[in-house]
Amino acid sequence: MRPTSRSFSSRRAGLRAWLLLLPMLVWLAAFVVVPMGILLVYSFCQRDDLGRVVFVFSWENYARVFDPTYLAIFGRSVAYAAVTTVICVAAGYPVGYYIARRSEKRRNQLLLLVMIPFWTSFLVRTYAWITILKNDGLLNGMLQYTKLISAPLDIMYTPAAVIIGLVYAYLPFMILPIYSSAEKLDNALVEAAYDLGAGPVRSFAEVIVPLTWPGIAAGMLLVFVPAIGMFAITDLMGGARVPMIGNVIQNQFFQARNWPFGAALGVVFTLLFAVSYALLQRRRVWEEE
Amino acid sequence: MSASARKVDPARIEIRDVTKRFGSFTAVDRVTLTVEPGEFLTLLGPSGCGKTTLLRMLSGFETPTEGTIHIGSEDVTHLPPYRRNVNQVFQSYALFPHLSVHENVAFGLRMKKLERDEIDRRVAEVMQLVALQGFEQRRPHELSGGQRQRVALARAIVPEPEVLLLDEPLSALDAKLRRAMQIELKRLQRQLGLTTVFVTHDQEEALTLSDRIAVMNAGRIEQLGTASFVYHQPSTPFVADFLGEANLLQAEIVGREGEAARVRTQQGWELTIAAPENLNGAKRVVISIRPEKVLVSKQRIEAGNVFPARVAEELFQGATDRLTLQTSGGVKLTAIVANESAIREAIHEGDEVFCGLHEDDLVVVRADE
Repeated sequence: MRPTSRSFSSRRAGLRAWLLLLPMLVWLAAFVVVPMGILLVYSFCQRDDLGRVVFVFSWENYARVFDPTYLAIFGRSVAYAAVTTVICVAAGYPVGYYIARRSEKRRNQLLLLVMIPFWTSFLVRTYAWITILKNDGLLNGMLQYTKLISAPLDIMYTPAAVIIGLVYAYLPFMILPIYSSAEKLDNALVEAAYDLGAGPVRSFAEVIVPLTWPGIAAGMLLVFVPAIGMFAITDLMGGARVPMIGNVIQNQFFQARNWPFGAALGVVFTLLFAVSYALLQRRRVWEEE
Repeated sequence: MSASARKVDPARIEIRDVTKRFGSFTAVDRVTLTVEPGEFLTLLGPSGCGKTTLLRMLSGFETPTEGTIHIGSEDVTHLPPYRRNVNQVFQSYALFPHLSVHENVAFGLRMKKLERDEIDRRVAEVMQLVALQGFEQRRPHELSGGQRQRVALARAIVPEPEVLLLDEPLSALDAKLRRAMQIELKRLQRQLGLTTVFVTHDQEEALTLSDRIAVMNAGRIEQLGTASFVYHQPSTPFVADFLGEANLLQAEIVGREGEAARVRTQQGWELTIAAPENLNGAKRVVISIRPEKVLVSKQRIEAGNVFPARVAEELFQGATDRLTLQTSGGVKLTAIVANESAIREAIHEGDEVFCGLHEDDLVVVRADE
């Protein structure tokens, strides 16, 4: 409610707007603000020998986060997530753009195809990848049958398997926002670029990419951020060989029973998201007319 | 950018037997058309007549199914848009929203890999030409409709194209601004001597701007000629009706009197018309009469055809009055008369009047054996 709105009716309208927003505000408070608050408080606590949280202020957890061991894991997680994001942009952009340029009926069919995997449990789909990639799995079987290779490729439990799993899991989150940006792109703008002498490559670089940048940025966030924290894929497809920050955090809560340290890791992790989000948003997005 | 400073001469466009099909639909049907260097030619027609498709084949966004297009001495039939020395003003303007006005206008020059100084100089010149100095750093969404239109025009002419294409560039503007832009557009085109192809469905705009008009219907050019010729001598009922307004009468030829012919309309109303040579052998004709050529008076008038009529309806239109006349033979005619107070005083709904038609204002727009 803006203090400048003096009239009775606009004050009423303001009140009504807040009342309509109330369910969402309650939801946000209960499931975002409160848990984040708990996380923040725990991160400054200590634990006793039984793993119970003791409410005594301490910086110790944060000091431990910046221990080289954990920094290395953080760095590796960021690297894996970055590679995943780059591959998702490269693979997702053509798909999202292609779908957006189809007729409306065709668009809906293709979008359905992108979303169908969500109908099955994520874990089941990850296991499906294991049966494809394992030594006596589908891929090696086919490659050996066609005599392209003589010995099975060692893919499972390698970084490559983790990247394949991550790209597979997050590709739709790249395709959908890019699609939504590309769908809004006025084709006349692409034609104008061609008309003014820009070939396909320059039109793409100077007009199409800048104008679909909001979709690319949103996709990068939606892939990069959860990919850093992912632990199921790294567990199942990477074995124990490549622990990620997600695995470490999960361990603190379940195996190690060090909730305060897990919380500190979570807080740092969240700040990392906030920074990457801010960086992506700094790129100026043009305003709609 | 003075006319003498131009490095590229305006080109002739030759469209030879061009057909464009989309599946089973023929959008452009065997069109042959030459646009002279420096000429302002308008493609006029209703939506779906093929005018936009023809324009898009000139810009390179569509490729003809059959036929060839030459611009200057070059066969551009299969040349992509970015290799053609042709620039277009789009209906929606298609200004790049992420670039400033300066960057928009400079885009084509940048693609030509010109020096930065040269680009800045030419952008400054063209901004002056379209009276937009001081707006260089704005974004398109910060401009009014008329200003955007001028940016689009500046962006299209600054690369000095051989041909300028205009796709209904004024249709998004309100009536008053549109009239002002028409005058400005015509002045610029004259000054730069650009070969210009203009697409519109607005017949008034076509008449105001064009050196020649090609009236299109169902993928074909129905008539090609100067604005005044096409207006005064429409060659088909479609042209008569689409360009301006027309009273169309079906009639039968009942006699010849040297330069003139007697015709009888379906309703049994006899008229004398000036008979063009192509009328030889014709039996049935369709005649077009422009509403402003219908003379109306309470006094008896001097004209080739004079007959009594009743004013069935009168509409005040500001500068003119629009009358619906009912003749004794049952023919309805629309007349537009100057709104002089004396006449307005004199003629009202329900009045009995004399109606006069000069023989050469009755134009045969179709003749059948």
